[in-house]
Amino acid sequence: MIDDAGVVVAFWVIAVSTVVCALMVAAVRNLVHAVLFLALTFVGVAGIYIVLAADFVALVQVLIYAGAVGVLMTFAIMLTPAADRRNSETIFQAPAAVLAGLVLAIVTFVAYDTEWRISGRDAFPATAASLGEAFLKPYVVPFEVVSVLLMTAMIGAIVLTREEGDDV
Amino acid sequence: MLQDLDRLGPVLAVLVAAGLIVLADLVVPRRREKWLAGVALLGLAASAAWMVQLIARDRQASYFSDSMALDDFTIFFTFLFIGVAGAVLLASLEYVERFGSHKGEFFALVLVATAGMMLLAGSRDLVAIFVALELTSITQFILAGFLRDDRGSEAAIKYLLLGAISSAVVLYGMAFLFGIAGTTRLVATDGGASIAGAIAAGDSGIRSALLVSMVFLAAGFGFKMSIVPFQMWTPDVYQGSPTPVAALLSVGSKAAAFAVVLRVFFEGFGADTFVGEDWKMMFAVLAAVSMTVGNVMALRQTNVRRLLGYSSIAQAGNFLVGLAAISSTSDGTALGASGVVFFIATYAFTNLGAFFAVMAIGNRTGSDEIEDYAGIARRSPLAALVLTICLLSLTGLPPTAGFWAKMYIFNAGMRADLVWLVMIAVLNTVVSAFYYLGLARQMYRGDGEPGEDLRPALTTQAVLVAAAAGVCVFFVYPIPLIEAAQRAVHAFA
Repeated sequence: MIDDAGVVVAFWVIAVSTVVCALMVAAVRNLVHAVLFLALTFVGVAGIYIVLAADFVALVQVLIYAGAVGVLMTFAIMLTPAADRRNSETIFQAPAAVLAGLVLAIVTFVAYDTEWRISGRDAFPATAASLGEAFLKPYVVPFEVVSVLLMTAMIGAIVLTREEGDDV
Repeated sequence: MLQDLDRLGPVLAVLVAAGLIVLADLVVPRRREKWLAGVALLGLAASAAWMVQLIARDRQASYFSDSMALDDFTIFFTFLFIGVAGAVLLASLEYVERFGSHKGEFFALVLVATAGMMLLAGSRDLVAIFVALELTSITQFILAGFLRDDRGSEAAIKYLLLGAISSAVVLYGMAFLFGIAGTTRLVATDGGASIAGAIAAGDSGIRSALLVSMVFLAAGFGFKMSIVPFQMWTPDVYQGSPTPVAALLSVGSKAAAFAVVLRVFFEGFGADTFVGEDWKMMFAVLAAVSMTVGNVMALRQTNVRRLLGYSSIAQAGNFLVGLAAISSTSDGTALGASGVVFFIATYAFTNLGAFFAVMAIGNRTGSDEIEDYAGIARRSPLAALVLTICLLSLTGLPPTAGFWAKMYIFNAGMRADLVWLVMIAVLNTVVSAFYYLGLARQMYRGDGEPGEDLRPALTTQAVLVAAAAGVCVFFVYPIPLIEAAQRAVHAFA
């Protein structure tokens, strides 16, 4: 199915627009615009998931990343008082671009040079069910540890932001 | 399932204790919050007891469908992390006064970080490793900013930003491994697909992906190990974070990072596979650079905590000599790998002792500047003595455990034909003696004003004595520790 002409065209359209959006995140000066481009990048990644027949992950990607994370970041920028809402210039721009280009070149080379393992299995009929089973069977420890992690992060946020003397 | 849960017991005990502390914090009156440390210590004791009974019932196995391992390696590091956390909790009893009403949360977060490290040492699945790594890291980002003053917040934010990048880099490296093996399991006991299996059966077709993957993994984990060139955060964080947290970072976090590197590289990539020589050479170069940069920078420091920061970078370089010298020798001792584990254990005693001595002195004098250490031996003889012993051990001089650790790891390097690396390491030891012994001499200089007595609290004294005793006892009788280290890595060989 992945060799289907429509799928191939869809992949290239989505991939190119995702990469362009990702580049714009780094290139635009206005931070709010950068966040909007980031949300578009997230949507593009969701499109790639759909091309890979991972419908459930794609939905979650749109819901959580494009939706929640994007809104959260916009709020964070809007609510930060007196902050400069512009990507700042740094002297590291040129070296960083060179480094990024180098990594891109290496990764591209590796992607073509390597004999990747092709799973060859059919697409999952119901991805949500397969995911749930994976979470509760082979990946049950990481799955549960993530909840501890979220709890810890919440406690940390409270400790670090609460003013001394507040009685909550 | 229940049997697997039983094997996870030591971690669960620690997490339950952390949860109990957070709940109890709501009802315990503010001036009694310190007693919550008792709950934390009980949790650690329960964890150790659970581990002992697991060993007694011979429960070692790969469990939760090979995502976790309960082997001698996990057992060794579990006990190490319990010990480190216990020492940090005891030594922080005086320091927590600065945290106002957040003492309970501090104890709970130290426990969560410890649980993360225990999970990290026991994980043999890339997803489990990554989640455990995040649990440890995010907890430590919070702990680093616990003082909420300017310097502490700066340290915490630096640590957070660089830590987030390093996590992304680790994840990218893992993605390559998944692409090659089609699974996240390092090892498959049921004979299915595994990363170790794919690499052992692999050839030049997957070589370039493996090389990129190992560079990314070494970079990401290198941040946690605080090796050059991923060390930028170390001095700032050691200086800005609360001293007990700095002690936890410099020992626990570093040990956990080396544990996971041993697991991924020795067990996953393998020492005798077609990429074995590649990653060993990579670590040899990183070792030489870390030692040299760490020691040279340490020479110029005027603040004790920054000095210990650079010293810990240099020490990480010493550990790496062992990684570079890994081989699965026929007698099963795997000199290089057991050298790393043995060095980490002696370093745990040594660096905890050093940090707690600095904390005891800093609590009283309010300064961490080296010039203020003049004559401190007269005002705080115990802390000065312990710090001196620990500095000797960090240098690698007898009569301390650090001497055997360096001898062992240099010997492993020589046996692995890494003469050039051992030469660099020995030269670096000489350089390090300048600043380690210089600090020791400063403390015993006569011209400090006598001033008031700076005796630390009783619990701090007890931990100081225990650390120094450990450093000395393992000089006289290092055999049990060496044997435990060799058993620990035997699981991989």
